[in-house]
Amino acid sequence: MIAALAFYVFAAILIASAVMVVTSRNPVHSVLFLILAFFNAAALFLIAGAEFLAMILVIVYVGAVAVLFLFIVMMLDIDFSRMREGLQRYAPIGAVIGGILFLELLFVFGSWQFAPDATTLRLNATPGPEVTNTEALGRLIYTDYIYLFQVAGLILLVAMIGAIVLTLRDKPANSKRQDIAVQVARAEAVKLANPPARAGLGQLGIVRRPLPEAPKPKAVGHDDHHDHHGGGHH
Amino acid sequence: MTTTTTTMAGGTTEMLTIGLGHYLTVSAILFVLGVLGIFLNRKNVIVILMSIELLLLSVNLNMVAFSSALQDLTGQVFALFVLTVAAAEAAIGLAIVVIYFRNRGSIEVEDISTLKG
Repeated sequence: MIAALAFYVFAAILIASAVMVVTSRNPVHSVLFLILAFFNAAALFLIAGAEFLAMILVIVYVGAVAVLFLFIVMMLDIDFSRMREGLQRYAPIGAVIGGILFLELLFVFGSWQFAPDATTLRLNATPGPEVTNTEALGRLIYTDYIYLFQVAGLILLVAMIGAIVLTLRDKPANSKRQDIAVQVARAEAVKLANPPARAGLGQLGIVRRPLPEAPKPKAVGHDDHHDHHGGGHH
Repeated sequence: MTTTTTTMAGGTTEMLTIGLGHYLTVSAILFVLGVLGIFLNRKNVIVILMSIELLLLSVNLNMVAFSSALQDLTGQVFALFVLTVAAAEAAIGLAIVVIYFRNRGSIEVEDISTLKG
């Protein structure tokens, strides 16, 4: 009774929030309704008895994927009003295709039923109530499906590396990097000269930075000093 | 409220006992909404990605419902892997959106078709 009412409530909120995801004008609202839809789907998972998947849905989807969507929507400066221009044009064909798809799904699910020996064909029967859902899943994943589990990890690794490689800028503005070819080929860095033997650098015209002047001895008397050497200076 | 309805899995059950048919109905509605979202938001790649997430969520709901109805854990294992792939797909898709926006200054789907050369 309680579970049935909870199912109806969660399913209604799930469908309503999915409608809002699709039809909302502001993509930020779309993302927030997507988060609400994931929460309600997790509740439906809980009612169905898949506790581990429900928690994974909350952690992975609400905690990571939906927040990633939120970051992207808020980070990109997009004119969302122009995005809505084709709405009226595509709405009829979308409604037609959606209606056809829904009718087909109704026909398929309506005329379909389990085979009589479906319960004997189970691959991994759910253990009794003494084993929790998480423990049962762990026993399966880490034994029978260990290769699939490793491949799932590999997929996540490839996705991570791919996302980093795609979004990494080539030259960050605030970092200096070495460019060996340019540095070696600098024209002013090395000057070739062919000096004769025993010739000074000054004779060859090679400019060197002048040495710093030696500190002059302190003058004892200013006036005397001036009188002695005045003719030479002026 | 003791009305009896014909569930989609065949047979008649009371409306207050939640069976496989209820889950399949919710999942079908969710799937149709996801397809509709792709059609309605033809220009906005981000909303299209969100619609794809809705589609994958409805598929996961189907698998969990069958797993619960048949008392078979294989459906939940497969739903876990679908979840993994969906997360990877969202990360890659959003990275592509970011670099596309960096290059072109817009994320309209019509502009992306210039890539076909």
